[in-house]
Amino acid sequence: MATATKIRAQGVDVFYGETQAIRNVSIDILANAVTAFIGPSGCGKSTFLRCLNRMNDTIDICRVKGEITLDGQDIHAREVDPVQLRARVGMVFQKPNPFPKSIYDNVAYGPRIHGLAATKADLDGIVEGSLRRAAIWNEVKDRLAEPGTGLSGGQQQRLCIARAIATAPEVLLMDEPCSALDPIATAQIEELIDELRESYSVVIVTHSMQQAARVSQKTAFFHLGSMLEYGDTAKVFTNPDHEKTQAYITGRFG
Amino acid sequence: MSETAIAHSVDWNEPARLRGIARRHRRDLRLKAIGAGALGLAALMLLILVGSLVYNGALAFQQTHVTLEFEISADHVDPAKPEAGNYRAITRDAVFRLFPDVTGRTQQRDLANLISNGVQYDLRDRVVADPSLIGSTLTLDVLVSDPYDQLAKGAIDRATPAENRRLGDAEIAWFDRLDAEGRISKPLNLGLILNADSRFPEQAGLAGALWGSFYALMVCFLLSFPIGIAAAVYLEEFAPKNRLTDLIEININNLAAVPSVVFGLLALAVFLGWFGLPRSSPLVGGMTLALMTLPTIIIATRAAVKAVPPSIREAALGVGASKHQVVLDHVLPLAMPGILTGTIIGMAQALGETAPLLLIGMNAFITQAPDSVMSPATALPTQIFIWADSPERGFVSRTSAAICVLLVFLIAMNSLAVLLRKRFERRW
Repeated sequence: MATATKIRAQGVDVFYGETQAIRNVSIDILANAVTAFIGPSGCGKSTFLRCLNRMNDTIDICRVKGEITLDGQDIHAREVDPVQLRARVGMVFQKPNPFPKSIYDNVAYGPRIHGLAATKADLDGIVEGSLRRAAIWNEVKDRLAEPGTGLSGGQQQRLCIARAIATAPEVLLMDEPCSALDPIATAQIEELIDELRESYSVVIVTHSMQQAARVSQKTAFFHLGSMLEYGDTAKVFTNPDHEKTQAYITGRFG
Repeated sequence: MSETAIAHSVDWNEPARLRGIARRHRRDLRLKAIGAGALGLAALMLLILVGSLVYNGALAFQQTHVTLEFEISADHVDPAKPEAGNYRAITRDAVFRLFPDVTGRTQQRDLANLISNGVQYDLRDRVVADPSLIGSTLTLDVLVSDPYDQLAKGAIDRATPAENRRLGDAEIAWFDRLDAEGRISKPLNLGLILNADSRFPEQAGLAGALWGSFYALMVCFLLSFPIGIAAAVYLEEFAPKNRLTDLIEININNLAAVPSVVFGLLALAVFLGWFGLPRSSPLVGGMTLALMTLPTIIIATRAAVKAVPPSIREAALGVGASKHQVVLDHVLPLAMPGILTGTIIGMAQALGETAPLLLIGMNAFITQAPDSVMSPATALPTQIFIWADSPERGFVSRTSAAICVLLVFLIAMNSLAVLLRKRFERRW
């Protein structure tokens, strides 16, 4: 397992207007590993996830304090363009949200706007490669021109993953990617996440303890805006340091 | 727990309760009946409106013509200068020849009034276009003047005592003789669409108003569509939410409710007064209508932009799209059906708007269709206004006919809105 730190957050506070949503969170997210954020609803895990690619910038009343670095570079630094950052730190959302465009255009959109493909053939290659990595190529290769919104929920989510990896990100953030899917589609996505770990640093927010245990190497437990515990998944699930963690993973609250 | 259950035990078959249910059903029925009644009343009113318009306007869709032989002799027209010929004499002769028994100045003057005053000019145009006609006899169906047209259509009642009638007994006898000879015809009135306005109802048409409305709406669309969308997108996507933008928002909503005549006054002061733009021109008309249409388009666009699901915005931001890419690639295409619907409804409103156009002089009497946005013109609603104000009988039916034409355009535009919306929705 790799041990290089990909993202380091130090003393991060997040405010929505007057309300503090995140309190003093510090975490090192490793490269080539899956990190799971768990915790009861409203504990701030999604909010913290959205800090990592500055998605919270798009919410007017949201303020982020503290330092977050990607490969040692402060992502809030003046010279960092949030738009470019989001191409490097891809995101998959809770609800599958393909663009109402063709399957091909869904995947090709990111590479197009960042000018990643010089020719049509290059772009075709990127689209095919991304769809293959997202394990959906065989299902859609004959209907790339059809709208992405016509796919089933699980297929849509894999299409969204293909779209996210088409810009060759270094980190992939996933905000409860399986919450709208049935168990079969969930299994496919989980398998996919495990494969993606080889090339990306994956951060996943999940409400499913089993899922966190299955796919992640590292687990962080959030409660009321604070991160109470962070460590190897095996340790967190079998021998947590904190009694709240113990209570949550055994289903006594949350 | 069990105690409360007992306390709340209910006999559902108790007579008072059953009566209550019956009462509730009656109320449901009553509400339904009131709704259906209101709808029926509205439908009835619409039927009466359209019915009376079509009934009155139907007369104007036909125009009475009389077949006459015109001798274009060199006595009246000099081949060297065909435009200076005495065409009035030619047309008079053509009528007098049919009634050799009518002599005397007064009677002949009345007889000459049988055909429209415009016939001589029509004849002149033909001869100027083709001078070889000089020396020949031309057989033409020409317009009869308005009173005879009304007589032919039955709008002048022969039972009315002669002194109260627009036409005397002798005049009616002349017309009947022509009719018996088979010289009278009532073809479809293409002049209603092809002619410009005229003092003489039998010659008056909507060409000037149609072109004026077309040019004005073009100007209105070209101004209000891009400006409206740009303003709405800025307010919705870029503007910070503060007191200033709140104030702007309130004002835009209020502008949509400002009486249109106020926009006319504004245009009069600014466009005509300060900028010195030509009065009565479709350019100024279009600019004025654009002022009125802008709030409608801004409000429709903002609603459509707001209705685009946030998940699509997040998806685009998530792959690293910048703000303008999110707006241009995703938000606007998705909002387009709503924007188009709002725009076309705004344009349809503009097409029917009268008051502001009256203030900038688009109710002038103009006998030529405009050839650019700068030349003076009327618009459909102002033309209706002018005709409704005219005393001649012929304008009564023409007013209704013009309203029918306006309604046809409004229906066409609304159908276009539906069509465009369907088309754009299918693309996704």
